[in-house]
Amino acid sequence: MMYDWLYNLTGSEILAMFIVSLLPLFVFILPFALAAVLAERKVSAHMQDRLGPMRTGYHGILQTIADIIKLLQKEDLVPHATDKALFNFAPLLVFMGSYAAFAAIPFSGFFIGSKIDLGIIFIVGVTGLVVAGILMAGWASNNKYSLLGAMRAAAQIISYEIPTLLIILTVIMLTGTLSLYDLSEMQTAYFWNWLILGGPAVGLQKILLIPLMILGFLIIYTSTLAEVNRTPFDIPEAESELVSGYHTEYSGMKFAMFFLAEYANMFAVSAIVSVIFFGGYQSPFGYLGNTLGWTWLVPIEQFFWFTAKGLFGVFVQMWLRWTLPRFRVDQLMAFCWKYLIPFSFVILLLVGLITLM
Amino acid sequence: MTQYSIQNTKDSKLKTEEMVLNMGPQHPSTHGVLRLELVLDGEIIKDVIPHIGYLHRCFEKHCEAMTYPQVIPYTDRMDYLASMYNEFGYAVAMERLLKIEVPERVDYIRVIMGELQRIASHLVAIGTYGADIGAFTPFLFCFRDRERILHLFEITCGARLLYNYIWIGGLSHDLHPDFIRLTKEFIKDFRPNVKELNELLSYNRIFIERTANVGVLPLETAINYGVSGPNLRGSGMKWDLRKDDPYSIYHKFDYDIPVGKGEKGKVGDCWDRYYVRVLEMEESLKIIEQAIEQIPEGDVTSAIPKRIKPPEGQIYTRVENPRGELGYFIISDGSLNPARVKVRAPSFVTMQVFGELCKGWMVADVVAILGSVDIVLGEIDR
Repeated sequence: MMYDWLYNLTGSEILAMFIVSLLPLFVFILPFALAAVLAERKVSAHMQDRLGPMRTGYHGILQTIADIIKLLQKEDLVPHATDKALFNFAPLLVFMGSYAAFAAIPFSGFFIGSKIDLGIIFIVGVTGLVVAGILMAGWASNNKYSLLGAMRAAAQIISYEIPTLLIILTVIMLTGTLSLYDLSEMQTAYFWNWLILGGPAVGLQKILLIPLMILGFLIIYTSTLAEVNRTPFDIPEAESELVSGYHTEYSGMKFAMFFLAEYANMFAVSAIVSVIFFGGYQSPFGYLGNTLGWTWLVPIEQFFWFTAKGLFGVFVQMWLRWTLPRFRVDQLMAFCWKYLIPFSFVILLLVGLITLM
Repeated sequence: MTQYSIQNTKDSKLKTEEMVLNMGPQHPSTHGVLRLELVLDGEIIKDVIPHIGYLHRCFEKHCEAMTYPQVIPYTDRMDYLASMYNEFGYAVAMERLLKIEVPERVDYIRVIMGELQRIASHLVAIGTYGADIGAFTPFLFCFRDRERILHLFEITCGARLLYNYIWIGGLSHDLHPDFIRLTKEFIKDFRPNVKELNELLSYNRIFIERTANVGVLPLETAINYGVSGPNLRGSGMKWDLRKDDPYSIYHKFDYDIPVGKGEKGKVGDCWDRYYVRVLEMEESLKIIEQAIEQIPEGDVTSAIPKRIKPPEGQIYTRVENPRGELGYFIISDGSLNPARVKVRAPSFVTMQVFGELCKGWMVADVVAILGSVDIVLGEIDR
């Protein structure tokens, strides 16, 4: 694994740990956020018959860099009536929550921050920090729009964690593991081993599992959309109602933190969905590296497949955002409690029965 | 979905407070500079107090210092999304006061311009409504189509928003040689776009959830408050001044007056008001098509009087503006300046009923209701 390799390389435990924990940030999250912000602009523009940013660099590829420079140069504004300590700490907490999730995400068989056995539970738990951060931001801003936004966000994220967890529970029941690494390894070889197609089960069991798994995937994808506050569930920052919700009062780099956390979160949730249902970093049809006998190529291929699946999930999130209108807060809650949760329970029950077969 | 009854929380042991939320004048979805004071119980509206006047420009007083033709550019600035129609109404009023007959070609061009303006105005209403509900893409689709109408106006009179095109007794310019061809092309391209808009927004499940049964305006309330235009028709009344109090040459064309039928919810809900506008665009297209076929040759400036000095007297004329009944009450004292120009602005009247509509709904619904009544602050404040 990466940690062992770095430990052998540097000979220092602390240094190896340090590099391993920083690596996802610099290798992945920051470049991803830069690219995703631009992609969001370009995707939305082309869906709307526009061109999007065209002036900064070729077809506007430098636009996000220009934005970051602008945000860095801005005055770090703290409104007078805020609770200063909480106000300053909230963006860090939100960012921490979404960044810490990357520690357990297996980018490939080799590139994995920490191979903990409780991977899924760790991610779900640590992203709970985001809720705390959002509530903090909303309360500390001393702004009614922020408070309403934070209230909505907390209610929404907590509610939608239930169907997410129920589906995760179903998968755990089926596979008997909580580790994302083991989960990915289990779905190896070809795409019919992916859990959305019944996973390693065989025969009648597999056929019965497929529709349930597809439904489960739809539920978990919908709930994760709500957890990262994307349209049609973006009511915490509903621009047309609450200006921009809990981060109304934030500017400059603190705003950028929220922004970065949002994009990091978008990838994190689609990565989790891809690990659970689409084999994570596993290639859908074998590895070129194995065929050619170049074993060093395999992790690179795995990294490619993992990011490809994750990015496709992100693209679908963007696609939905620019197509659908937004729910109202009570409709959103009703949707979760009246449809998603009962359906997830049914799936849990049926999968339990099928595994007994 | 459900309108909440406003509960009395006094008996409860928990101490609760009402929150006053100030919405606007710099809020993304108050459609200009409207300020709403919302009294909230949680997220439920107990009361709405609109504050207007942020865009007040003393239009009516200003007119008294102007000569009659000089008023026209000021009418443009009232309902800035339907400038053509404001001029149209003023010109019709003045012609009735002066007893001028305008050449037929002028009337045809005015109707074409007026209906194009109606489409452009409804496109803004529909697009921004989508944006209020959270669908941003239809907004840009609508603006793409509106752009072509603005281009048509631009080649005709040089302006895109404030035209000063329809004059008392005539027009400032004749049509551009390309105008007819470009308008035909626009109609041909626009029809499929309306279909696309319907698929993307009107029949979207979430959009229907958000708008159907929300902010129901009963017909009786609408009539009592004097609501007119698409908002009244959304409540189910077939009332359109183009048919019911004809002016210009609207009697020559064949078109329908769409009304709200409560297809997705109750009659007079937000969805009905919205959908009436979509249907009206189709009807306007029909009128434009017929007018283009029939348009006669002629001189558009021949009937413009050299010096406008109406006899002592007064006149009230009303026209069907994209937002409803636009009335001009003009008093002449026989001099070169009007003694009084009073405007009955449809948005101003609609604003009165807004508070009624919002009570018991949630903050998110205020935005939906405000978008569905389609007000323009330039006209409310004048």
